[in-house]
Amino acid sequence: MKEKIRVGFEGDFQFREIEIAAGDPAPWDPSQKFSVVGTRQPRLDGKAKATGEAKYSIDVRLPGMLYGRILRCMLPAATVKSLDLSAARKMPGVRAAIALAEPGEKLRFAGQEVAAVAAETPDQAEDALAAIRVAYEARPFVVSLDDARKSGAPLVFEGKTETKTSGGDVESGGKNLARHGNVLGPRSTVKGDVDAGFQKAAGVVEGTYDTQVQTHSALETHGLVARWEGTELTVWASTQGIFDMRDQLAETLQIPVSKVRVITEYMGGGFGAKFGPRVEGLAAARLAKEAGAPVKLFLDRKEEQLASGNRPSARQTVKAGATRDGKLTALQLTVYGNGGTNGGTGTSGPVKNVYACENLKVDEYDVFTNAGPGTAMRAPGHPQGAFALEATMDELAKAIGMDPLEFRLKNDPSAVRREQFRVGAEKIGWKDRDARRKTSDPEILRGVGVGAAVWYNTGGTGPRATVTIHKDGSAEVEHGVQDLGTGSRTMVAMVAAEELGVPLDEVSVSIGDSRLPFAPDSGGSTTTPSSAPAIRRAAWEAKQALARAVAKEWKVPAESVKVEKGRVSAAGNPPHEATWAAACKLLPSEGVAATAERADNHEDAWKRFTTGCQFAEVEVDTATGKVRVNRVVAVHDCGVPINPLTTESQIQGGVIQGVSYALFEDRILDRPTGRMVNPNVEAYKIAGALDVPEIDVTLVSVWDGINNTNSVGIGEPATVPTAAAIANAVSHALGVRIRQIPITPEVVLAAVRERDSKGGRS
Amino acid sequence: MKPFTLVRPTSLAEAARLSAASDAEIKAGGVDLVDRMKEGIDSPKTVVSIVEIAGYDRIEPGPPARLGALATLARIADDAGLRKAYPALADAAAGAATPQIRHMATLGGNLCQRPRCWYYRLEEFECRKKGGDDCFARDGENRFHAVFDTDLTCCCVHPSATGTALLAYGASLDVVGPKGKRTLPIDRFFHRPVKDPTRENTLTAGEIVAGVAIPAPAAGSRSAYRKLKEKESFDWPLVETCVAFTLSGGTVRGARVVFGSVAPTPYRSMAAERALEGGTPSDALAKKAAEAAIAEAKPLSQNAYKVTLAKVELERALRQAWA
Repeated sequence: MKEKIRVGFEGDFQFREIEIAAGDPAPWDPSQKFSVVGTRQPRLDGKAKATGEAKYSIDVRLPGMLYGRILRCMLPAATVKSLDLSAARKMPGVRAAIALAEPGEKLRFAGQEVAAVAAETPDQAEDALAAIRVAYEARPFVVSLDDARKSGAPLVFEGKTETKTSGGDVESGGKNLARHGNVLGPRSTVKGDVDAGFQKAAGVVEGTYDTQVQTHSALETHGLVARWEGTELTVWASTQGIFDMRDQLAETLQIPVSKVRVITEYMGGGFGAKFGPRVEGLAAARLAKEAGAPVKLFLDRKEEQLASGNRPSARQTVKAGATRDGKLTALQLTVYGNGGTNGGTGTSGPVKNVYACENLKVDEYDVFTNAGPGTAMRAPGHPQGAFALEATMDELAKAIGMDPLEFRLKNDPSAVRREQFRVGAEKIGWKDRDARRKTSDPEILRGVGVGAAVWYNTGGTGPRATVTIHKDGSAEVEHGVQDLGTGSRTMVAMVAAEELGVPLDEVSVSIGDSRLPFAPDSGGSTTTPSSAPAIRRAAWEAKQALARAVAKEWKVPAESVKVEKGRVSAAGNPPHEATWAAACKLLPSEGVAATAERADNHEDAWKRFTTGCQFAEVEVDTATGKVRVNRVVAVHDCGVPINPLTTESQIQGGVIQGVSYALFEDRILDRPTGRMVNPNVEAYKIAGALDVPEIDVTLVSVWDGINNTNSVGIGEPATVPTAAAIANAVSHALGVRIRQIPITPEVVLAAVRERDSKGGRS
Repeated sequence: MKPFTLVRPTSLAEAARLSAASDAEIKAGGVDLVDRMKEGIDSPKTVVSIVEIAGYDRIEPGPPARLGALATLARIADDAGLRKAYPALADAAAGAATPQIRHMATLGGNLCQRPRCWYYRLEEFECRKKGGDDCFARDGENRFHAVFDTDLTCCCVHPSATGTALLAYGASLDVVGPKGKRTLPIDRFFHRPVKDPTRENTLTAGEIVAGVAIPAPAAGSRSAYRKLKEKESFDWPLVETCVAFTLSGGTVRGARVVFGSVAPTPYRSMAAERALEGGTPSDALAKKAAEAAIAEAKPLSQNAYKVTLAKVELERALRQAWA
């Protein structure tokens, strides 16, 4: 069915005719008078979480439950010579022991899994690990990007490259790419002719930018509790995708999907690293089978840091050219990414998708090292890419003598982001940023910087939801989605309450169980735009079921019954009218229910990238090199936010993680031994309360008509530009370019020395 | 963590006797000890808890001040009398760790805690402090390690913030041991790892810090403590600086200059003290003292920046003290 809808954003709307699937409501119109959607709702489970009443998967304790523990090899490269579990099996309390590596197998990073045991207490399991007899032959190793690229460097993979990917990882390009030594690639993208573009340019800049390895450091660690009952497996997991977890467990354990149940009632974060059962989840399931008892296996913080994934490091060289009037003529990125034993380290998203440039060349290489494998982390590749790109934009603006914001506006193809830049510039006080550089303390300089965000996903088909309307007018939603901590549970209730016209506190929600209707993985910022349209459609269909039931009682044709907020009516002679409550009283005792599947995205709606921008104001102590982020202004497109309170919360979280990435976090590997020296949250530094700036969030509502709720995910774009904006602000303050993060006192002092040696106290 | 026996003696003398065994450890707040036990780098058979022994948590600000070893950092930070007479000590206590930790951590524990060197703190590194043969930091990842006294057997940094301040104030420690009590000037409390890197203080088996006495400041005394950290929330300092001196007739007398987090012990810079003696407060004097102090620095491969920080922070501490 064709329908004309309005798309766009405040001040820039247009009409589009789009095809809408039968049985799916049309996207909400910008004139829609919402009663629940768009209101600031505290999380439904906020109190339970704050009081500790909420039980996370890591809190699950079952009768007779055993504790699993993993033995890890602390050599960065080794071959297993022999492995003997017999003594460990005889240790007190031990009920199961399994090998996770076989003799002859090559281990490639310090912390890799070798064997696992399950015992009656955690201490017994720990003692049993010490009783495992294992012999290794150490092999030469390499842990730094520079060393790994040298010819003659020890090879991480002597034969074929064996990398593992999980949901949300960046495409590693795979099998057809050449590998020379430890370097795989390039994956290349070419558009136009960059050489010709540089020829045309009035200004050309080139710089090399280094970013570090960041770990996910979710509060709840990886793991699960596994319980077999006959041939059926139930797991309580900390996962971003309960259905993906279910399918992978079934496939690996070779049991029917119908025999696996995955429950994630509450979750303590994932940031991209919690897809599939992974080594520890499968080990728990196998140990539980062998022991004939439930097994809990959650990683400790050290294991989490060593082996649960990370954001790869990158060395990016960006070259760019522009005409005198500020038009980009060529953009070139060469990146060597280091994801340890994993590939997929590309960073080209921002370079390809933020600013318009006819001539583009990208070459992405994966460099393997003997280090814990990288995996998807909140906007994979993007914070790295944005840092290098936005530094380049500032440098190029300077080279052609143009204001860096004006230069961006001239090259940004997105009308939404151009508006966002203007909103943010006003709030941060961009105009007088040069005048504000000096402070009352001659050693402290202030700076303001900016960076752009881009993201893509718009949600996908597949999710289903069941909505039941009860005889008393209250409603229930069943939808298997896991809530990572982003507020999905509340979002589910709000969408149903809005469509039904029922007060939010009369809607109950069941989520986090693979026995409930199918729901999406939470990755790629797709949860809300995947789930919300399914829930709205199910609520819409439940209302139609209500209408049919009422029509029967009123003895009128079903299509004459209208269900609006709080009111059910039928035109005719005589007309019928009832309150929601009175109409629901007409229902049979079982109420009415509808299960619906999310419709496909409207391909003919207003397709766009999800955009945003952030401005940072910093103060830099030029004598000690210490950076303080005073303020971040974050302006983001998040479609039409279902719950602005949790949307803003997501953006604040993205900014905080970005501040932490810009200034502090760094996985440090000991070069002589190849081991991580800060596998904790003490020496692995994460921003704390006193390090968090004032965060000013502006949501720009965008009505795209792509799904029936116009919803878009915000988790990832929220952290894309933060480090870029901070680095640009520090560079602005100092008058010299910062080319690496984290921006520690050491980095700033080196930059100040570089500036002063050039005599350029600008 | 390995199983252990917790004993709760009712007197320090009894605690001293119980903890003299080589497989026993003293626990006050437990902040550091429990950490080490959980990380598998210490596995005492007996843990002797002294935290409930009455009479050792007093704060008598004086001056002269007397502090029980079981006084928490939070109470030291909040004591108005101490803050008036010994502001550097109050600031050192207030800036340590986090509010939660400061409410558990005791003065005695803060003085006797073990270093945070990451090689020492990870069970997979058998470093010299744990009886091994190597100092992994010397040629390894040493960005946070020592820049003074780096030619000894261990290049960790001492983590005690209160130790830095108490050294500047010339405090002395009341020590209870199996053989009775003694008074130990703090100048002789910290142990330089010239030969033996396995300990950080000169207490003998079973000896327990019972209290601290701080002499009354002379007329015209000035002091200041500064801490520089990468993060503001829960971070160990890159450099701590503490200065104490008297201003008499407009000149600096009897200065004590102590750096924390830059050497295996709180590090007293005699060179800076000599440079200050008899000088008139000025930016030039601060610079002269700071330059004298860092002339003795011998940074490792990755931490020359800490020498710059020590210089800047000493100048600032002096300016702060005589402002």
